[in-house]
Amino acid sequence: MGSRASTLLREEEIEEIKKETGFSHSQITRLYSRFTSLDKGENGTLSREDFQRIPELAINPLGDRIINAFFPEGEDQVNFRGFMRTLAHFRPIEDNEKNKDPIASEPLNSRSNKLLFAFRLYDLDRDDKISRDELLQVLRMMVGVNISDEQLGSIADRTIQEADQNGDNSISFNEFIKVGNVYILYIDIDIDI
Amino acid sequence: MPAFSCAFPGCRRDLLVIVLVVFVGIGLPIEASAPAYQSHGTEGSHLTNITNTKKAFPVLAVNYEHVRKPFEIALWILLALLMKLGFHLIPRLSAVVPESCLLIVVGLLVGGLIKVIGEEPPVLDSQLFFLCLLPPIILDAGYFLPIRPFTENVGTILVFAVIGTLWNAFFMGGLLYALCQIESVGLSGVDLLACLLFGSIVSAVDPVAVLAVFEEIHINELVHILVFGESLLNDAVTVVLYNLFEEFSKVGTVTVLDVFLGVVCFFVVSLGGVLVGAIYGFLAAFTSRFTSHTRVIEPLFVFLYSYMAYLSSEMFHLSGIMALIACGVVMRPYVEANISHKSYTTIKYFLKMWSSVSETLIFIFLGVSTVAGPHAWNWTFVITTVILCLVSRVLGVIGLTFIINKFRIVKLTKKDQFIVAYGGLRGAIAFSLGYLLSNSHQMRNLFLTAIITVIFFTVFVQGMTIRPLVELLAVKKKKESKPSINEEIHTEFLDHLLTGVEGVCGHYGHYHWKEKLNRFNKTYVKRWLIAGENFKEPELIAFYRKMELKQAIMMVESGQLPSVLPSTISMQNIQPRAIPRVSKKREEEIRRILRANLQNNKQKVSSNKGIWLKLNVFSADSFPTVHFEQPSPPSTPDAVSLEEEVPKRPSLKADIEGPRGNASDNHQGELDYQRLARCLSDPGPNKDKEDDDPFMSC
Repeated sequence: MGSRASTLLREEEIEEIKKETGFSHSQITRLYSRFTSLDKGENGTLSREDFQRIPELAINPLGDRIINAFFPEGEDQVNFRGFMRTLAHFRPIEDNEKNKDPIASEPLNSRSNKLLFAFRLYDLDRDDKISRDELLQVLRMMVGVNISDEQLGSIADRTIQEADQNGDNSISFNEFIKVGNVYILYIDIDIDI
Repeated sequence: MPAFSCAFPGCRRDLLVIVLVVFVGIGLPIEASAPAYQSHGTEGSHLTNITNTKKAFPVLAVNYEHVRKPFEIALWILLALLMKLGFHLIPRLSAVVPESCLLIVVGLLVGGLIKVIGEEPPVLDSQLFFLCLLPPIILDAGYFLPIRPFTENVGTILVFAVIGTLWNAFFMGGLLYALCQIESVGLSGVDLLACLLFGSIVSAVDPVAVLAVFEEIHINELVHILVFGESLLNDAVTVVLYNLFEEFSKVGTVTVLDVFLGVVCFFVVSLGGVLVGAIYGFLAAFTSRFTSHTRVIEPLFVFLYSYMAYLSSEMFHLSGIMALIACGVVMRPYVEANISHKSYTTIKYFLKMWSSVSETLIFIFLGVSTVAGPHAWNWTFVITTVILCLVSRVLGVIGLTFIINKFRIVKLTKKDQFIVAYGGLRGAIAFSLGYLLSNSHQMRNLFLTAIITVIFFTVFVQGMTIRPLVELLAVKKKKESKPSINEEIHTEFLDHLLTGVEGVCGHYGHYHWKEKLNRFNKTYVKRWLIAGENFKEPELIAFYRKMELKQAIMMVESGQLPSVLPSTISMQNIQPRAIPRVSKKREEEIRRILRANLQNNKQKVSSNKGIWLKLNVFSADSFPTVHFEQPSPPSTPDAVSLEEEVPKRPSLKADIEGPRGNASDNHQGELDYQRLARCLSDPGPNKDKEDDDPFMSC
């Protein structure tokens, strides 16, 4: 109990996180208790092993990619601020935020930021395009081991062909979010926290 | 001078239709009063032949009684369908007036005709309605229910269906009772329970009417599934309330225990209905696992199990509609993994056909029954009923949405609320329930009149004006999207992502439970219900396979790709078992052709310069080779290579038709190929080989 005191969340921190991510007070405290329950080492940061201990992530086909999304470039530990910053992408868009001052910087959970987050999970090398290989890797993760490489290859080819409009044989962000001129991703990338 | 020269083309057909109507109108009463001719009874005539003097052998005799019942039924159905045909021949009419209105008007005319002649017009028999006319419509709706939007909004739908209907029933019943207390109305004999009974009959949104009207306005998926789901799920509430108030109005008093039992009854009725439906659904799925040798009767299993589910739950006074929906929803994924492509098409078209016929008959009979039915008109009561219907619906929707929006991620906008409120149509179920009231209710006639007025008002006024209102308010329409592999992959990707993030947050939400259900389904349920090795197939692969198959069939039918030997359809198996080398090669060829066609469609070149793919079917080693041909002479300077692509391409939908323009260039060649394609793609009933492979639907 004693060593825990230093990791308790201070009010100013809560306010800062609230401003940065838009979460409410109760949401932040709830997520903080989740953070601490995952933090087995009790050092105020989470490592990859801490995430891998979550059972739902262990059986999730995209588990590794999701875990990686929490860790900024090259680092192995993530603190609570970073944790919240990543989770902020999934907060539902509130009504009152829609009329926000357009000059202010775009909130983390705007629709395009959400889609960009999803896009980056495909595009590991951050070259702003999903190449055939990256697509193949994701397909392999989702489909399992029983399907042969050629079959997956033809699916990947067909996917790229459907979406690709400028002929570079890969999917850019704009091509990702729509096929032809029709926006395809109607699913809301929100969860109720 | 031809007698039938007409100003516009559909005129002649309309005249024919009108003549037929008159004929029917006259024919029916005539046969009713015709003397009964001698029907079967060969023994009788044999005996009389022995005792009586020999008569001349009757060469031609009329024996109408023998065939009377089926003849009448067939004639009615034929009349209904001819009417439907007639409407669509008149171009402007079907765009302005929804079909349901026209059919009711026809019913009114026919009923009037029959009455004028002096006969009793037939009334919509409740048993006929509930046992024969309603099930096909509900099964069609349930089998093709879009699962994803339904499950995402099931909470909202349930709130509207249960609480909304309860609110409507009590609000209307209560206020009408208050109205009846007023002396000047002259209805002081009506007690509270009768009013509540009436309220419960009239309060439920009707699936048939909603389907009929909403089908034509193509509203966005969310609103459509909300209104439609509500109309399906409120059946349980209606059943319970109706039975409850009917019982009580006989007894006259209500105790707290009765109310409590009513609530329990509601849960029993709804959950019991769903359970019965699910059981029959699993039975159907299990049966379809073994039908690989008897493909012809596969559709019958689907229909019969569903109908049995409906009848079984009606037998126990459970909700038949919910049983049908549950049965359709449960059995669909497994059945479609097992049945052949032809069975799938058969099921789809039979369901559409039956539900269309049923819907037409229901509306016509509504019209006829209006003319026939006993009426008791009371201006105040009827007008108040109509107004209260609207008011209670609007209040209910607004109030419930206010509460629901606190729990929804995607909130319902005011426009959505308006359409949901305005789309609450009443229909034939209300009429049939009213008709079922025993004659001991002194207010029965008044209730029936009021119900019919409400139905007419909602179907005519709301049905006709909803389309211009949707345009006026610029409500979001249904997105026109072809099934695309991109959407499928990304949707599944996002599902996994959101499930994972929910796991990180420690939050057991929507995605978590969906994932658990999927996992359970994959490990335990699928291996029992899906034939062969298919149960291991991931959904993405199945989706891709059926998409390619659909495209191949579409190309064959439009003549672009002559069908190869039928057995190559089998190469669509993307399954874990070893595939012989030859068919793999063929697989690659076909896939290359399909891809080339896709690329072909993306080009924005004029159609007569497109490249025509020809498959040489009869090559020596019975292995199809691919040639690329151009319809025009090869020296054309503007010959197009396959790799060339234009950045802006029109939507996929239009493109499939694009290369058709080649037909005129290569007419003879195309004809040959089309003939070949047609006969190869549709082998006779003996060629069961191609049906061996399961097909999944989209």
